[in-house]
Amino acid sequence: MALTQEEVSHIAKLARLGLSAEDVERMREQLSSILEHFQVLQGLDTSDILPTAYVVPLHSVLREDLSEDSFSPEDILANAPRPEEGYFRVQAVLEE
Amino acid sequence: MPHAPRRATSGSRRYWKNRLLSPYLTIGELHLRLKRRELSCADVAQAALERIRTVDGRVRAFLTVTEEAASRGVAQAEARFRDGTATPLTGIPAAIKDNMCTRGIRTSCGSRMLEDFVPPYNATVVERLQAAGMVMVGKTNMDEFAMGSSTENSAFFPTHNPWDLKRVPGGSSGGSAAAVASGEVAFALGSDTGGSIRQPAGFCSLAGLKPTYGLVPRYGLVAFASSLDQIGPFTRSVADCALVLQAIVGHDLRDSTSIPDQVPDYSRALQTDIKGLRLGMPIEYFPPGLEPGVADVLKQAIGVLEGLGARVEWGISLPSTLYALPTYYIIAPSECSANLARYDGVKYGFSAHGGSNMWEDMEQTRQQGFGPEVKRRIMLGTYALSAGYYDAYYLKAQKVRTLIRRELEVAFERCDALVTPSSPTVPFRLGEKVDDPIQMYLSDIFTIPVNIAGIPALTLPAGFVEGLPVGMQLMGKGLSEETLLRIGHAFQEATDWHQQAPPL
Repeated sequence: MALTQEEVSHIAKLARLGLSAEDVERMREQLSSILEHFQVLQGLDTSDILPTAYVVPLHSVLREDLSEDSFSPEDILANAPRPEEGYFRVQAVLEE
Repeated sequence: MPHAPRRATSGSRRYWKNRLLSPYLTIGELHLRLKRRELSCADVAQAALERIRTVDGRVRAFLTVTEEAASRGVAQAEARFRDGTATPLTGIPAAIKDNMCTRGIRTSCGSRMLEDFVPPYNATVVERLQAAGMVMVGKTNMDEFAMGSSTENSAFFPTHNPWDLKRVPGGSSGGSAAAVASGEVAFALGSDTGGSIRQPAGFCSLAGLKPTYGLVPRYGLVAFASSLDQIGPFTRSVADCALVLQAIVGHDLRDSTSIPDQVPDYSRALQTDIKGLRLGMPIEYFPPGLEPGVADVLKQAIGVLEGLGARVEWGISLPSTLYALPTYYIIAPSECSANLARYDGVKYGFSAHGGSNMWEDMEQTRQQGFGPEVKRRIMLGTYALSAGYYDAYYLKAQKVRTLIRRELEVAFERCDALVTPSSPTVPFRLGEKVDDPIQMYLSDIFTIPVNIAGIPALTLPAGFVEGLPVGMQLMGKGLSEETLLRIGHAFQEATDWHQQAPPL
């Protein structure tokens, strides 16, 4: 289950994770070896088995839609890397 | 004691205080001394902070020591002893793993990404422990985002095992384990996604409990793998474990996975003996390659339980155990890649802003903010969830998850609990496995099936191999915490492994 460098770069792009050229190669080797260990699962017959997503049989939990106090904008913006006039500053999202 | 040496009043007072304040007292022992006013809450908190100053330079269990929070806690605890509302945890020094939010106190998750993050709210478990009167003295070191088995993946520094400073305390909650084991605090909270409480509890000779999925609310716990994560206690004794568990369980409207059932009285469950309880030793947990010392310690421990009236059910086999590790390393990274998508450098946390557009900033933020293991798991999870691979990996793993769960359910029809080692080895050396992810992953091989099945498991000290701790793990069916604590407590009434102190 050997990955190529192109595949690694594509996954990094999907994960929005910057990787150096060295990182890409190291990641390629390590991920390939880990994926190799996953192959054992393909030998198990699970054709009639339902998947388990959560182990507790709880269903959608709803509460009354009541308004209550929340955090102040100051509390939330206290951790913002670049707050500006009550907003989070980011680079332009829409390009020309 | 007529022949005790009598010195000047102040000297003898100090002598007795020291006697009353060994760093290795249990919560139960501290509570008695506080209730009888032999010690004040300030004495106990000062002793904890002093102990941290003395030993933490070598152990490095703490990322943040919270002296201010401790003195606020002391004032509140003293008031509760005065007005008669003290609980068993009132005035008890405690440490919290640094992935649980503490209002106004940095919560770094062991990561550069959250190095300066100061939460505006408390996790439910922190709120509940404060309501019970604990005195928080600090936040503990951990593998970055709880990903690791040795605490060497902390972005800041590794923690050392108090039993041998050249060895790891286990992980990811290694700081919490080392803080209790070195006598810095009486208890600590950890989180357990694949063994992160039980493996370090075993490595540091402590009781550590991973409760049933959904029993302890996770509001305010930094998410790693949401279908696996649970919070639980580290303590010296199983009886203490029951006390801490009691304070943190129960339904929470802010966690939609929280179980709404009535909460039992865990300390009361300890009063019953274990005669006639059926214990299984699944053969897959005692493979030929198991460290001989670990196998011997476990055999002796099981002999003790038999001597207390438990019955061993032979021939228990859980063949799907072999598939648990790959199943886990698909499910956990997949969920982690989704949970950690939130770290984009915009709302909080580390932020790089040298890029020419928003996407470059985001990629650089994540490149510089995350360490190697976190990146590896994000990559693995993103791959397993990506178009064309979802069925082969994530869906397949969730189906195998069903097989592992069912097999355990069948075993629990024949057994009240399963007894296994908590890890295949004694604590390993710092640096020994750090460059080999697969060897590191294998150290959780006995703890992972429990998270996959959502069941509870308790680790407790079972003995030593050449001075290094060996942990015994007791697994039970969902919501069987009372039975596990009862077995563990009976074992500790008959043994003194949990009363040994490390050579610090």
